[in-house]
Amino acid sequence: MAGAVATNETILVVGGGISGMTAALEAAECGKDVVLVEKNPSLGGRVSQLYKYFPKLCHPTCGMEINLRRIKANKRLRVFTLAEVAKVDGGPGDYTVSIRLSPRYVNENCTACGACAEVVSAEIDNPHNYGLSKMKAVYLPFNMAYPQRYVIDQSVIGTPDAEKAKAACKYDAIDLGMKEQTMTIKVGAIVWATGWKPYDAAKIQPYGYDRFDNVVTSVEFERMMDPFGPTGGKLLRPSDGKEAKNVAFIQCAGSRDRNHLRHCSRICCMASLKQSTYVSEQFGDQGQSTIYYIDIRAIDRIEDFYAKVRANPAVKFVKSKVANITEDRTSADVILHGVDTEGYHRYDNRHDLCVLAVGMEPSVDVRTAAATVHVDASGFVEADPVNGAIFGAGCASNALDVNRAVQSATAASLRAIQVINKVSGAEV
Amino acid sequence: MSERNNAMVEKYRNDFLKEVEANVEEGPWVKMCMQCGVCSGSCPFGPYWEHPPQEIFMMIRAGKRDEVLKSESMWMCTSCYNCIVRCPRELPITHIMHGLANYAHRLGIAPKMNPTRRFAKLFWQNIMKGGRVNELKLSVGLYFMDGFANGVKKGLAMLPVGIGMFKTGRLNPLGLLGGGKCKGAGDIHKMVKKAQEIENRRKGFAS
Ligand SMILES: Cc1cc2nc3c(=O)[nH]c(=O)nc-3n(C[C@H](O)[C@H](O)[C@H](O)COP(=O)(O)OP(=O)(O)OC[C@H]3O[C@@H](n4cnc5c(N)ncnc54)[C@H](O)[C@@H]3O)c2cc1C
Ligand code: SF4
Ligand code: SF4
Ligand code: SF4
Ligand code: SF4
Repeated sequence: MAGAVATNETILVVGGGISGMTAALEAAECGKDVVLVEKNPSLGGRVSQLYKYFPKLCHPTCGMEINLRRIKANKRLRVFTLAEVAKVDGGPGDYTVSIRLSPRYVNENCTACGACAEVVSAEIDNPHNYGLSKMKAVYLPFNMAYPQRYVIDQSVIGTPDAEKAKAACKYDAIDLGMKEQTMTIKVGAIVWATGWKPYDAAKIQPYGYDRFDNVVTSVEFERMMDPFGPTGGKLLRPSDGKEAKNVAFIQCAGSRDRNHLRHCSRICCMASLKQSTYVSEQFGDQGQSTIYYIDIRAIDRIEDFYAKVRANPAVKFVKSKVANITEDRTSADVILHGVDTEGYHRYDNRHDLCVLAVGMEPSVDVRTAAATVHVDASGFVEADPVNGAIFGAGCASNALDVNRAVQSATAASLRAIQVINKVSGAEV
Repeated sequence: MSERNNAMVEKYRNDFLKEVEANVEEGPWVKMCMQCGVCSGSCPFGPYWEHPPQEIFMMIRAGKRDEVLKSESMWMCTSCYNCIVRCPRELPITHIMHGLANYAHRLGIAPKMNPTRRFAKLFWQNIMKGGRVNELKLSVGLYFMDGFANGVKKGLAMLPVGIGMFKTGRLNPLGLLGGGKCKGAGDIHKMVKKAQEIENRRKGFAS
């Protein structure tokens, strides 16, 4: 083993969410060479799709801005976007990684002036808004995107729109001849920070996410609050655009359920408590939230947040996992049916909108790229000697809030640094 | 019968959960219930239960032995399996309901007049006679379960259905005279007797 640990001194970080950015920055600021690859056209990950952070209710853009400044200032950190890890071979200190680079069709000359987007007519679903709105097929992923560079969607290539966009660009930034490329690099250690994805709500049949307009997911609800989101920052229900003043939250939608995800997703209780403050923020006394729960799991210091929400008379708590949802055909109101656990009362409660607090699952199966990495029953990367120098970080390793994701990223970074120090002989 | 009941009360004292675990079919699953309420909310008979399944499980843990075993609730279950497919903990709720009903019946403390219990008995006697269900006798027996006048009324109400079934060859009126026995009825009796012996031994009801 010692012989093999003698080749490369670079740390690869896979995934440019809050965890990946943190791990990359910590290592680079310790003087290590770092390559950060992100499969989306921008860094930021899921956090960039949140309206506010619990527990302090600050805007995530603020933390993002600080991280971006650190990234721009660091010479040791190289960032690749639209880059996905395809294969990892080798062992600690000597990994060979092949990375697939998708074409952006826009080069470094781009000033993000937006002239190209103005002239094209093709539209695609906006993934930043979970498909709740459309956008031009030539786009900046979102306002805070890094790099600040436009993207031309694959679907436009070969159509007149592509030529129009090229003609509109005054900076010679559009290169329609870009092709997919594969880049192979040597690295000594890998931080795996590919994050999470929301559980597919349509699989929870009794809740009718695929049948009822006014059943939405918690991640969609976050987007509704964003002034640049699909509803312009207003809580309007999808069926008729009416203000959603009476909102139901269903906890453990897909989590703690052997038919779906077996694990507790840990953040969704806090997410719904936070989102109940959104309803109050928009409608004051007129806004009513009802949280249907099995147990409220607001862990350690964030219990205070729970206590504060609990004291708000506009937030009701019903201890019950909702059995099923039906829709009132004329009003499109949703009606939640179930039995509560505090007295076994049967209820059929009407709401304007129902938010499913969906669970978190790993965004990718790490084993498709690195077959030997050990994962737990839910697919999260588990610390294990067989992993060699591949270290899970953030939500790739567990369902975590930002605070804990960042702690886990720092820990992973430290382990990667130890491997590199061994490679370079810096360790005594 | 109630001697058995007293013996069980003596044996398990305050621990009804333990008693259920040891004696009721799928009983060990009861402690896995996390009281989420999905089963109760999903049961099509929900509004008619005195104690829906979720509550029964809590009552077992709370040691409410008499309230559970003498309850009509478990007898409500129609085995639709709605609760089982939705339970986040995959409890075999249907089987536990039948297990509890069966246990209460064996202890001799199940509600005497419960229609499900009486129908189950009728069905068992019927099938045991010929080794095969005699549908006509079973339905007639069922109609007359609540007395003669009631039986005539129910029988007349069902007459058009019976005639329809007769015309399509689905019902043999000679069944009333005792036809429809299967060939090896005697052997079936022997097998069932043996199976009952084994079950009684296993459940500690040696008789
Ligand atoms: C409704 C909701 C509300 C929430 N609200 C809060 C809150 O208020 N406060 C809080 O602390 N937490 C909150 N969270 C949790 C928070 O979203 C996570 O803690 C955070 O996103 C974790 O960041 P991450 O970097 O680990 O993962 P991610 O944000 O998922 O980032 C992973 C990145 O990796 C990239 N990637 C994936 N696969 C690959 C690949 N193969 N190659 C390259 N790159 C890849 C992805 O594109 C992504 O950019 C909330 C969660 C939900 C569901
Ligand atoms: S590609 Fe050209 S036109 Fe489009 S935003 Fe960039 S600089 Fe402007
Ligand atoms: S955090 Fe809350 S809502 Fe999420 S899975 Fe755990 S208990 Fe359920
Ligand atoms: S659905 Fe399952 S876990 Fe939930 S109350 Fe019923 S038995 Fe218990
Ligand atoms: S199987 Fe029995 S308890 Fe379960 S839902 Fe159906 S009737 Fe109710």
